[in-house]
Amino acid sequence: MIDTLRVTAEEATGLLERSEVSATELHSAYREAIAERDPELHAYLCTVEEPAGEGVPIALKDVISTKGVETTAASKILSGYKPVFDSTVAARCKVAGLPLLGKTNLDEFAMGSSTENSAFGPTRNPWDPSRVPGGSSGGSTAAVAAGLAPWALGSDTGGSIKQPAALCGVVGLRPTYGTVSRYGIVAFASSLDQVGPIAKTVRDCALLHRIIAGRDPLDSTTVELPDPIEVPEAEDLKGLRIGVPVELNEAEGIEPGVSEAVNRTIELARSLGAEVGECHLPRSVEFGLPCYYLIAPSEASSNLARYDGVRYGLRVKADDIRSMYESTRREGFGDEPKRRIMLGTYALSAGYYEAFYGQAQKVRTVIRDEHAAAFEQFDVLVSPTSPTVAFELGARTADPLAMYAADVLTIPSNMAGLPGLSIPCGLSDDLPVGFQLIGRQFSENLLFRAGHALERALGFDYVPERLR
Amino acid sequence: MNWEPVIGLEIHIHLKTKTKMFCRCPVAYFEGPNTQTCPVCLAHPGALPVPNRKAVEWTILLGLALGCQVPERAIFHRKNYFYPDNPKGYQISQYDEPLCVDGRLAVPGADGDTVVGIERAHLEEDAAKTIHVGGAEGRIHGADRSLIDFNRAGTPLVEIVTAPDIRSADEARRFLQLLRQTVVELGISDAEMEKGSLRFDVNVSVRPEGEEFRTRTELKNMNSFAFAARGIEREIERQIGIYESGGTVDQETLHFDPSRVDAPPLRSKEEAQDYRYFPEPDLVPLEPDRELVERLRGELPESPATRIRRLQGEIGFSLAEGLVTSGRDELYSRIPGERAAVANVVMNELAATGVDPASVNADELAKVIERRTEIPRAAFTDALAASGSPDFSAERYLAEAAIVDASELDPVIDRILSENSSQVEAFRGGKEGLLGFFVGQVMKETGGKANPKVVSDRLREKLKT
Repeated sequence: MIDTLRVTAEEATGLLERSEVSATELHSAYREAIAERDPELHAYLCTVEEPAGEGVPIALKDVISTKGVETTAASKILSGYKPVFDSTVAARCKVAGLPLLGKTNLDEFAMGSSTENSAFGPTRNPWDPSRVPGGSSGGSTAAVAAGLAPWALGSDTGGSIKQPAALCGVVGLRPTYGTVSRYGIVAFASSLDQVGPIAKTVRDCALLHRIIAGRDPLDSTTVELPDPIEVPEAEDLKGLRIGVPVELNEAEGIEPGVSEAVNRTIELARSLGAEVGECHLPRSVEFGLPCYYLIAPSEASSNLARYDGVRYGLRVKADDIRSMYESTRREGFGDEPKRRIMLGTYALSAGYYEAFYGQAQKVRTVIRDEHAAAFEQFDVLVSPTSPTVAFELGARTADPLAMYAADVLTIPSNMAGLPGLSIPCGLSDDLPVGFQLIGRQFSENLLFRAGHALERALGFDYVPERLR
Repeated sequence: MNWEPVIGLEIHIHLKTKTKMFCRCPVAYFEGPNTQTCPVCLAHPGALPVPNRKAVEWTILLGLALGCQVPERAIFHRKNYFYPDNPKGYQISQYDEPLCVDGRLAVPGADGDTVVGIERAHLEEDAAKTIHVGGAEGRIHGADRSLIDFNRAGTPLVEIVTAPDIRSADEARRFLQLLRQTVVELGISDAEMEKGSLRFDVNVSVRPEGEEFRTRTELKNMNSFAFAARGIEREIERQIGIYESGGTVDQETLHFDPSRVDAPPLRSKEEAQDYRYFPEPDLVPLEPDRELVERLRGELPESPATRIRRLQGEIGFSLAEGLVTSGRDELYSRIPGERAAVANVVMNELAATGVDPASVNADELAKVIERRTEIPRAAFTDALAASGSPDFSAERYLAEAAIVDASELDPVIDRILSENSSQVEAFRGGKEGLLGFFVGQVMKETGGKANPKVVSDRLREKLKT
């Protein structure tokens, strides 16, 4: 009765409002879809049987604390951990009446770009199950793409919403840093982590963002939104100045099929009335990635110190406290968190701090300034979201640097604290290509407007071909 | 050679805010273990700190009282280390941009002020409390297991670091007592060492006068000012002894046993631990606005140092310092009468009673103090103990004043002598031991109010004739 592959959250809201379906029926439809397709995809780490709320159900990435519902960050060290409190975003979803469908898979502690780093097994891409969904929010994007959830929340540190949204052919927003509460989000890199919406359409994204965004007294780094979130209507781009940063669009490793789809979209934007011009972000692109891999692991090394076996989660018994710490953390963390804890610990060490962490913070200011300069001429900057379409499972697991390069196009604007929207803009080798729109701080409404107009004009079919 | 001690102090003070530093848990140290906790102070995944406004204001207030600058921007840092009482794996503290910097506290002394530089006063959170069970004396070594009480985790703590400007154990003691009184009068902490709301460490080195600083040692766990002064003196002597016999002082930490003042301290090498400080990304910089700083400056009460200097002229330094740093100078000022006598009574006998100085009826007490030599010791002590009650009046105690007037005593003495003529005979015959008998009779007759010395003098005179 309900085609979960096709129905948008907005349409589902309409069905509920007109009493054409009940919340329970809607929830059941998604549960049936999960039962049918999730054994293959493994988008979910756990599901919730009974809906609580009369709205459109939602899936939450498993870094988002949900009271009484296991929250693991896809790590063995948190296996079995049930939070005693709701994260602010989970609480806001509850208040809005959105019943929880379940918790979605991710790279352990959101560290990764393929969801292969999950301690509980990888998620597969609904467009081609031999390929990765991207990451780290790959469970959430795969769930939305495969009709296993109408919408979902992910979290984005270096590109963990935008990149998997691109690889799964769905829409994902990484909000301006400080606009969505991090309270109750299992922390990876505090100065970069942001929760954001993932959906089939830009309008759904805006509707969900409206629910979660805004200052939270429990998160000191959040601010009041300057304007309320608007659901976009306009179908043209008249008056919009679009900048095409050369370094982001001609970066090494961008697949030709990706470039073609993105260039077609830029031409489409021009035909919708946008002014398009070139611009440059040389230092942001050159130094963004190395800078990120100093700052994010540094913060992670400190954020992950609390997993010590003392209060909750895994404890491996040992004769003394030091051995207990060591055994617990050796067994509890996978390779990627260990790698980043070591990187970060090193970068923060006496004698190295100035050269690494200190220097990276200075470069971050340069990146911020370079973006600010570009936004003096342009309203929106565009590029591919990911240099490639979804890659094969296992293709990059042996080469961490190749995996890190998956985020080369999303990291620079993240380092600058700017919002970014990824929308699907076509196919390359029968796999979705993502189009990244970057805006000024707090310009989410503009990104939604531009994204919506392009989405209408593109007419991308978000249902994976093999599932149509 | 003339050896000069060089001493610096690091003081921790618990603020008595209603709630903890970064969460809304009540600050309550003596409740059941782990009852004053929440996801934030237990470091549950995703929990975030929110700074306590009152704690920030009080730190600024204290900084201003210590003559500090309050920079326009201060930030919190993370101090990273693993320990079970440190739930996040890092302590939120301050590093190179603290709330208060560059202050000075002029400490009055008998020969003028000693100015002690205040390098910084910063705000941080306290750790949980670890209880080691089954080992010797609660130490971690040999314990069967350790229990952690998180009630104290995340409670606000101000750390004050002085410049190495202190030159003697007595100066250190005076500085600490003055600082403590300053804090108490600001109303921001109980600053009680017994309760652990005031703790301090001492850095000690010696050098030939005027030369470069030498290696310092750190003295930890001292539980009273007197204990600290003694520990510092011993450490100064030890270091001088080492240099004079041609040795060198090692940089180490001396852990005193708080329960045994004279036990030699345990020594440990200072490990150069790398705390990997970095700015706390979960918090935004503190930017105390200038209006707030000026409002707080306006709220500063008169400093205890100023009061010591004022009283020093009338009663001498020692009594002045004692009265002010024990919070008794206000009462002293309220009691009329001879100044030294009042000061001594307030500082000694009255203090011993434990009566709250603020509740004392000063005018009534003044009457008792004025005639303290005339009334029995017990009556004087009773009067002091009662001086804090609302219906206290001197009259009752003065009524017990000893009878010293011979004209009042003589009729009684004469009557006793005539009633006991045989004993009078015996006395005159050489049994002088009977004097006690006569004194006793007179005392009995006067209900104990006669002054025994006056009575015995009168008796001797009368028995001679």
